[in-house]
Amino acid sequence: MSWLTTVDHKRIGLMYLWSVLTAFLLGGLFALALRLELLTPKEDFMTAETYNKVFTLHGAVMVFLFIIPAIPAALGNFVLPLMLGAKDVAFPRLNLASYYVYMTGAIMALTAILTGGIDTGWTFYTPYSTTTGGAVTLMTFSVFVLGFSSIFTGINFVATVHKLRAPGMGWFDLPLFVWGTYATAIIQVLATPVLAITLLLLAFERMFQIGIFDAKLGGDPVLFQHFFWFYSHPAVYIMILPGMAIISEIIPTFSKKHIFGYRAIAFSSVAIALISFIVWGHHMFTSGQSQLAAVIFSFLTFLVAIPSGIKVFNWVATMYRGSIALDTPMLYAISFLLLFTIGGLTGIFLGALSVDIHLHDTYFIVAHFHYVMMGGTVIAFLAGVHYWWPKMFGRMYNETWARIGCLLVFIGFNVTFLNQFAMGAKGMPRRYYSYLDQFQGNHIGSTVGSWILALGLFIAAGVLMASLRKKYDAPDNPWGSKTMEWETQSPPITHNFPNNPVMLHGPYDYNEPVVRREA
Amino acid sequence: MSSHTLPAPGDTHGHDDHGHHDPNLQHHFVEMAQQFDTAKLGMWLFLATEILMFGGLFVGFGLQQAKFPEAFKAAHHHLDRSMGALNTVVLLISSFTMVLAVWAAQTGKRKVLITNLALTLVCAGTFLVVKFFEYSHKIHEGLLPGKFFHYAHGQPNEYIFFSFYFMMTGLHGSHVILGMGAITWLLIRAIKGDFGPGYYTPVDLVGLFWHLVDLIWIYLFPLLYLIG
Repeated sequence: MSWLTTVDHKRIGLMYLWSVLTAFLLGGLFALALRLELLTPKEDFMTAETYNKVFTLHGAVMVFLFIIPAIPAALGNFVLPLMLGAKDVAFPRLNLASYYVYMTGAIMALTAILTGGIDTGWTFYTPYSTTTGGAVTLMTFSVFVLGFSSIFTGINFVATVHKLRAPGMGWFDLPLFVWGTYATAIIQVLATPVLAITLLLLAFERMFQIGIFDAKLGGDPVLFQHFFWFYSHPAVYIMILPGMAIISEIIPTFSKKHIFGYRAIAFSSVAIALISFIVWGHHMFTSGQSQLAAVIFSFLTFLVAIPSGIKVFNWVATMYRGSIALDTPMLYAISFLLLFTIGGLTGIFLGALSVDIHLHDTYFIVAHFHYVMMGGTVIAFLAGVHYWWPKMFGRMYNETWARIGCLLVFIGFNVTFLNQFAMGAKGMPRRYYSYLDQFQGNHIGSTVGSWILALGLFIAAGVLMASLRKKYDAPDNPWGSKTMEWETQSPPITHNFPNNPVMLHGPYDYNEPVVRREA
Repeated sequence: MSSHTLPAPGDTHGHDDHGHHDPNLQHHFVEMAQQFDTAKLGMWLFLATEILMFGGLFVGFGLQQAKFPEAFKAAHHHLDRSMGALNTVVLLISSFTMVLAVWAAQTGKRKVLITNLALTLVCAGTFLVVKFFEYSHKIHEGLLPGKFFHYAHGQPNEYIFFSFYFMMTGLHGSHVILGMGAITWLLIRAIKGDFGPGYYTPVDLVGLFWHLVDLIWIYLFPLLYLIG
């Protein structure tokens, strides 16, 4: 019972962790069902309408219930105050409220799924979303509510980083995870309210025909797309920035080397946050915006590649001549490097105007954003879960099986989505439950890949769950890391540190010899 | 314990969570000033979200007005300028009494605080009463959008003006009601004597929120009532 009223950031983080993992399981089962239906070109066990509902739910559950809260609200909540040497986040009660608001939104989403479903795609484009049946209005309100939980977390993190750093900890002594989640929190605070008003207008449109997005009444359906992407493009960076932030912790820890280009990585997080607000038009190259706007948005989109490239090169440079230990978190981090690079580079294809006309609404774009969202964010999330698991639960997991899980995830992921790049480039459109026979080879490959991926994820889950049956066996600092969360015991005591911590060395000072304690 | 964490100066026996300091100080802050600054930063961030939320409506309104300037001009003649102006004055006065309330809390003048909070509430209530009369007049004319809309005269795109009018003033009105709730809560705590020079954070924060509600109206009034 004490968990339900706790204001301890660690417990709230863990409650978020179990909740987002449940959402991940749900969204994942939807994905497996979709892939199974696509095994053959004909209708197997889903009608076209069911298929539309299932892909909408896969997208909406994964985006709004899993990826957006996954790293900031679950791992960030647990780790961020510890990294700062703080006793809690700035507003502990607001933090708890954020969790309850999230749960309210999740229950509304589930109700919407069970009472009619949604077939609009997770983007709720008008005019289809204002005319189709089903539980679109309820789902809209659910996402509206979930947005508040995201805003609360964002406000909390910005205030915490500004005001609760340990004595002696300046801005450039912060671990890069903190920089990444700080940049994320800024986007959460500044972008989510625009989604809120957009969804409110959409709900009113459905309930009262206010006509703001309805061309018949003088409104403008493209305005909805502008509003939606003004939030949802920055939201993509709400998803990836904390992933990058985790990688920036794991790579120096397992290379036993000071991070290369600390300030460049820190500022590139902020740069990505800022640029994220001025690129939304690249989702609308075929929606009838002006040629000039399209050219400008295309150019601005290319700018994102610069800070992203800076990060990737700095991570690789950190590994160069490092003393690399291939523990599970590092294996996930290396997977991230490969997969995110593919996802990022294919993003440049899509940002180029003429190429995008060919690739728009094909499987190429599905593969691209899965390489960034799953190959990037989810892999980084898994890296973070494996990295901080000993700290969060005080137990070590079976390293061998965890590595096997990681390997299967990596192989399964590539088999699933490389096939989708191939068929997308050949013209297979997204969101179809049926297709021409010529695409079946790639579809079979993709479906088989999804099974390998699922097997890997279930092994990873099984390994982690199995560790919970043991007694506490994790040392304070199993990986020999230098950041502050490893200075307290595993799992940490209620108020985090026995004494008020003071910053004595930087988060990546691996120059002094480190003795690695084996579990 | 590694060399990384050392006891902070003046805190050699660890932090005492239930010690002899200010009862309003939460356990994770070192001192009241830090707690106050943090709370204020949080409030400003929240106000930023409010501005962006209304910002979407302002942008949408601007775009539609640029598209149908004549219809918007014709539609806005249905609004009662004198009532809008009256409400502007009422809200400006309420902001003034709110400032006085914050000052009274800071200086420990409990009666002045209670009086000014009550006056602010009266002004907010007046605003809503005036708004109620404006709304009922519009609804009577058939200008409420959706299935209620049955105003047959005028230009074809006046409809969309009223959609924005009701969305914007409705969202603003709901903020006025929220603000009244917050001020009532302050009033109850002020009567209990919770605030003084040592602790007035809630009064300060609700004050900030109330000024924003006022400020948004200051923009809404010319935007909607004074076109052309």
